[in-house]
This record gives sequence, structure tokens and C-alpha cells, in this order.
Amino acid sequence: MKEFNIIVAGVGGQGALTLATIIAEAAMKEGYDVRTTELHGLAQRGGSIPIHIRFGEKMYTPLVLEGEADLIIALEPLEALRTTYFGSKNHKTIFLIDNYKIPPITVSAFGEKYPTNDEIISHIKPFSNKTIIIDASKIVEKETGSILSSNIFILGYALSKGLIPIKEKFILEAIKENVPEKYFELNKKVFDLGKKQS
Amino acid sequence: MNKVLTGKIGEKVLLLGNEAIVRGALESGIGLASTYPGTPSSEIGETYADIAKEAGIYFEYSTNEKVALEVASGAALSGVRSMCFFKHFGLNVACDSLFPLAYAGVKAGMVIIIADDPQGWSSGQSEEDTRPFARIAHLPMLEPSDAQECKDFVKKAYELSEKFQLPFLVRTTTRVNHMRSIVKLGDIVKGKTKGKFIKDIAFRNFPPYVVETHEELHKKLDKLKEISEKSNMNFVSKGKGSLGIIVTGVSYNYVMDAMDDLKINLPVLKIGFTYPLPDELIKNFIKKFKKVLVVEELEPIVENHVKMLAKETNFKLKVLGKGYLSSAGEYNEERILNALSQITGKKYEFDLIAHKKKYLKIKEPKRIPILCPGCPHRSTFYAAKAATKGMDIVYAGDVGCYILGIFKPFETQDFIFSMGASEGIGHGIRKTTDQKVICFLGDSTFFHSGMPPMINTVFNKSNPLIIIMDNRITAMTGHQPNPGTGKNALGEECKEISIDNIVKAFGVEEVRVIDPYNVNLMISTIRELVEKDKVSVIIAKRECQLLIARKKKAEGIKTAKFEIDPNVCKRCGTCLRELACPAIHEESGVFKIDKNICAGCAVCAQVCPNKAIHAVKEE
Repeated sequence: MKEFNIIVAGVGGQGALTLATIIAEAAMKEGYDVRTTELHGLAQRGGSIPIHIRFGEKMYTPLVLEGEADLIIALEPLEALRTTYFGSKNHKTIFLIDNYKIPPITVSAFGEKYPTNDEIISHIKPFSNKTIIIDASKIVEKETGSILSSNIFILGYALSKGLIPIKEKFILEAIKENVPEKYFELNKKVFDLGKKQS
Repeated sequence: MNKVLTGKIGEKVLLLGNEAIVRGALESGIGLASTYPGTPSSEIGETYADIAKEAGIYFEYSTNEKVALEVASGAALSGVRSMCFFKHFGLNVACDSLFPLAYAGVKAGMVIIIADDPQGWSSGQSEEDTRPFARIAHLPMLEPSDAQECKDFVKKAYELSEKFQLPFLVRTTTRVNHMRSIVKLGDIVKGKTKGKFIKDIAFRNFPPYVVETHEELHKKLDKLKEISEKSNMNFVSKGKGSLGIIVTGVSYNYVMDAMDDLKINLPVLKIGFTYPLPDELIKNFIKKFKKVLVVEELEPIVENHVKMLAKETNFKLKVLGKGYLSSAGEYNEERILNALSQITGKKYEFDLIAHKKKYLKIKEPKRIPILCPGCPHRSTFYAAKAATKGMDIVYAGDVGCYILGIFKPFETQDFIFSMGASEGIGHGIRKTTDQKVICFLGDSTFFHSGMPPMINTVFNKSNPLIIIMDNRITAMTGHQPNPGTGKNALGEECKEISIDNIVKAFGVEEVRVIDPYNVNLMISTIRELVEKDKVSVIIAKRECQLLIARKKKAEGIKTAKFEIDPNVCKRCGTCLRELACPAIHEESGVFKIDKNICAGCAVCAQVCPNKAIHAVKEE
């Protein structure tokens, strides 16, 4: 495989960075060259956090070229919209979105409108082959009492649907290395739940 | 345990550029590291703080970058290898000691990491390009383009620094600091942590020696130019075509990918040793072309140098650069593709511009960065606005989390220049206008550079109201301890320096320490003090809410939550509009507080004109 491009988008505190690190380290274990880029600092205070992950034979740029994402994982629907231009019909981009809305202050206090799911899907359509919206956070909260590991649920889902070309054993190794030891079993359970989700 | 420390020789690990820099220092036998936190360099400090004790080295957060540089200089003058690091603006602060350091020379390797931030991802005040500082300071500069180079260049820098007894600058940009890529590790070397200061006339920096040492400095740079000529940090990758590319830093990656996407393979000279530049290597490279394109982010420094060299060796050469590429903003593959397309006539098969246009039509609501739920700065800003309603007043801004006061609904940062500038500029405005001034600055900023301008307001009989937003930590860059915290970088207990006592010692007569959660007291105090004819200070003291939340979680303490009584609420929206708290939202005309987000600060309950907000009763 020459290259595979993923964008993980979310809001500060949602676990986007952990998810991206797990994917990147698993890709390395699989034997790929890997590059990622993320932003820290000011943007983290309740801001958007897009992380780019690229892996393949030989990588240079850590940033995904516009229109060339293979997979966009959004932990929040608006954040999927914000990264649409990294996808394209050309490239058969798949959007995988957690239906967990975090309205920004521009919506909650200053009168802007949060788009409906139908609007979101129609906005994404010109940039994508397929948009999948799942209730990851809701399911995870119901099962575990907290939304905290919904990023791992999404990972399990994506893997079982063949959306990430990395072997499960490498993903599991990377999860083990990147979540606190006492939470590994919980995360493994959530990962399996994600795998079973249709 | 941190893989930066545990990784074995030959092992391949995925590292952030900033982590690779620390590994490079560990592989070079570093004994001391110092910094003042600043993104994009912050994770270098976080990594040192995590491993320093175990690695047996000394690390500190100094009060500002100049002090940090001096600390690392002290080590290097005493024969202990040291590293100092900060963001680009930090170099401005450190310069006064950096220039004489070059003259004095060092006895052990010293490396200074400077993290530039094109595009201003973590720094709004300017898109500063620090490369000219290498020229002014007479110091060599290396520029890595990925995490492997971060480690390798740091190692090389120590070797050369010690050989030439000259500190080395390693300049990074955000995309290098915050890029993760695979690094092949070398071996960690245990270096000296204790040395001896041996008196040397060169350290005295006094005329007439300074003229001699200046002369020597230039001789050192001449020799370093020869090293740069042969260095493997500069290399040519072979290709075909009448256009050559010269590239530095992270842009190398964009050039390589853009050529691949355009299906061209032009000769590329990649320069990593960027000062002194390898003139002969460049001349050899450019003599065979009709055109060269110089790709460097920000100012045309290498480009102008190549133009000068072309006059000697290939006067017909067209040197392209700015014009096809901008001096502003960070680069990416899209921008390089566009420039290369224009120059070579090769088209990228996909219409990027039309594609982006489709996106721009969507207009999704923006997600602006925002003060955290329960942030004590929120109530300070609210109180300042409420107390000064209708007044002709200037809100003097400064650098810290409170920079977010720039946005609605607060708009309490009328100017933002540099650390501590709220007071200096605020004083100047007081002297030349009839407007009132409130200066907002944080505790860490006060220790960094807020003290001289405060003394200046007393000395020169000024009267701004200065509000020190004391959240007990350097929050914006990731919660590093400062002199008011009571803990140092190594996690040791230390003296908690009292801002209150300092301010009083400066001769400020009106000093009030207030919990900013007490909204009414804040409002009445601001109203009273803003009218004073002498400078007055409010210390709005309350620990950063993120830290409190973390502590409570660790200790299993529950946070009080608040709710809006729908029967009392008159739906005026004051809570949401005036506070912009992430926990408050409106659902079809009904105002609600999200219990998962509420930090229990009770500020909204005080602000509500109808007393509709109260604590949730324990079940």
C-alpha cells in the first residue's frame, strides 16, 4: 500500500489525540512508515482538534492533502463538517461520525444554528462516498456509565468494517500501551462492543 | 515510563519532534535543561519534567526566557552540557544575554532550541521569523524537518558546540515540534552534571577584549562555514529538469510529496545547516540551472542569499521564491503544488481550488476557543465589564489564557503585545489620555515581566487599575508551576512567593486580594479602585479550575452542580449571553445547565437577575 490518510477530528477533551496515537502506533507495528501532526496550546481550550495521520511505504508530509483522506473519523458532527475538504468523491473518502453534538458557544449563546443530521449528510455528500453516523457515545454511556471511551468504540467499529488497513492485534497492542493499565479491560470491552455494532 | 528515556539503541519509536529533541540531548550527555514554557516548545519541558529525576539531570522552569538562558549558560561556562528552549518570542526576551554569550564562548556543549510558529497556531502577536537572530548573535543554526532530524541535529549540535566553544541554535517550526514520526534511537550517554567554573578572561566581555573576541567569533563562523559545506545535514537529491529546488525545514516534506503528485523529479538541495550557509555547495548546485525555486517559510532569507551567490556564479539564473510563495502563513503541500504547477506548467490532476470553494459554501458555525467551565477569569472579566459599564475605558490585554477575553461576550483585551505589556502600555495611555485603564495579567506573566512595569507605574505616579488574575499556575501552556505555585519543575515543594507582598513592597498602597467567584465584591472593588488617583492592584486569586477538578477527581470529592429552575427562570438569557459558559445552553427557549460540564462555580447563580439558579440538592 502506497499510503493511507486518516483525519481524526474532535473537540478538546474528547480523546481524539489518544485515538490518533493508537492508530499511528499500530500502523508502525504493522511495518508502515508513519507521520502525524497535531496542534497544541490555544486551540485546545474548547476548540477544534484535527489530527492528521498518514502511513504507507515512505512518508514525508504529516498533513493530509486536501481531497486525499481515505477515512475521516469525527467524534463530533460539526467537526466532521469542518474537515470535509480533506475528503473527495475522487478518493472515495469515508466519513465516520459519532452522533454526539457539542454545540459551540457561537450556537449556544450567539444565535448561530447547529445543522441537522440531514443537513450534515447533504453537506458531506460532495466530498464523500459514504457517511456513517453512529451513536457511539450514547451506547458507551449506556454500557459503562461514561462517554469517556467512545473513541475506542469507534475504533472497534472502524476496524470491524475494514475501514482501517491495520491488523487487530496491533491495534490492541497500541491500546494497551496508550490507556492506563487499570482501564485496559474496560477499553477492550468497549472495543469489542464497537466491533459488534452493525 | 517515558519511552524517550526507556527506548534502547537501535529501537524505532514514534516520537513527537519535541520528544525527539529531548532524546537527542540525552544521547549527548546533557546535565541541565531550562525553559520558560511557550507553545510550540512546551512538550520539551513536559518531557524533561517527566524524566529528569530518573535520568539524573537537572531541569527547571525559570521565571522567564532570559533567566532560563542565563541558567543554561552558567552550566555551559562551568563545563556541563546544557539545553535551553523557548518559543520564538522567548528569544526576544533572552537576547540581551544571548549576544554576549556568543562572545564569551562556552566550555561544554550548549544548545538553544527556538520554536517558531508560522500561522500563529499558538501565538497571535506576530509571525516572527527568528532566523535573522543567528546572524545578529553570530551563532550557528540548524533546522530539522522531522523528528529523526530533531534528535540527530541536536546530537550534532552538541558535538560541534563543544568543539567550537559556541552555543548552537536549533530552530524548529510548529509542524516539526508537533509532528510525530519514526525515530531510530541511539544510546543514552550519562554526562557530567557537576563541573567547575574556571575563570577565563573571555567571559568578562569588556573592552578592549570584546573587539578581539568579536574578531575570533567571525573566525569561528568562517570555520563553521567549512563544516556546513561538508555536513550531511545538507544534501542534494538527484533529479532531472532545468529547475532546481532549494528547501529548508519542514517544507522539504511538502516539496517531496508535491513532486510525487505532479509526477516530476526535480533536483533538490535540502539545507539543514542554515547558518552559516554552505555557499560553495549552493553555487555548485545552482550553476547548472536556468531557474531555481527557493522554498522556505516566512521571510526570504535563503532566497536573498542565493540571489547574491548567483551573481558570482550564474548571473543569468532566475531565482524564484516569494511571489510564487508567500512570506506569510505556514506552508503545506497545497501551496507548493500551486507554485510548482505555475513554474513547470505541470497540472495536478485534481482541482484543489474548486474543491475548497465547495467547502467554503457550507459555513458551519465556528468553534472559537473559550474559557473553561468554572474558569476564574470568566467572573473577573464579567465583573470588570459590569463595573465599568458606560465608562470610557481601555482594557489592557496580556499573554495567558485570559487572551480569550478577546472574544464576545467579554472583549476585554483591547491590545495584546507581549508578556507584561498591559501595564507598560496602559501607563502610557493613562499619561496621554483622559481614559481609565484596567490592566489584566496573570500570575506567571507577573513573575515573568510584570514587575518592572508595575514599579514604573508607582515611580512615575500613574494610576491604572491592575488586576492580577492569579490562578496559581502557568495554565495556557499546560499547567507548568511558577514561583507562586509552591512546587517546582521536579515536583519538589518550594517557597510559595506571595504576589501580595511583592506588590505592597513596590509601594502600591491599594492592594486587595479577592476570590473572583465573589462577583459582587469584585464589581464594587473595581468600581472603587478604578477612580483612584494612585495605582491600585486587585489580586483575583483562585486556582485554575482544571487543576481543582483533577484534584477532586483523584480524591473522590464530588463537585456541587447547579441547575436552572424553569418555574423561576424568565428566559432573559443573561447567564448564557454575559458569561458564555460551556455548561449553559438553550433548548427551544428553555435554559439548561449540563451537569456533566458544570464546575459548580456558582457565578451564574449570582449573575441571574431572577435568582433562578441554585445548587442541585444531594440525592
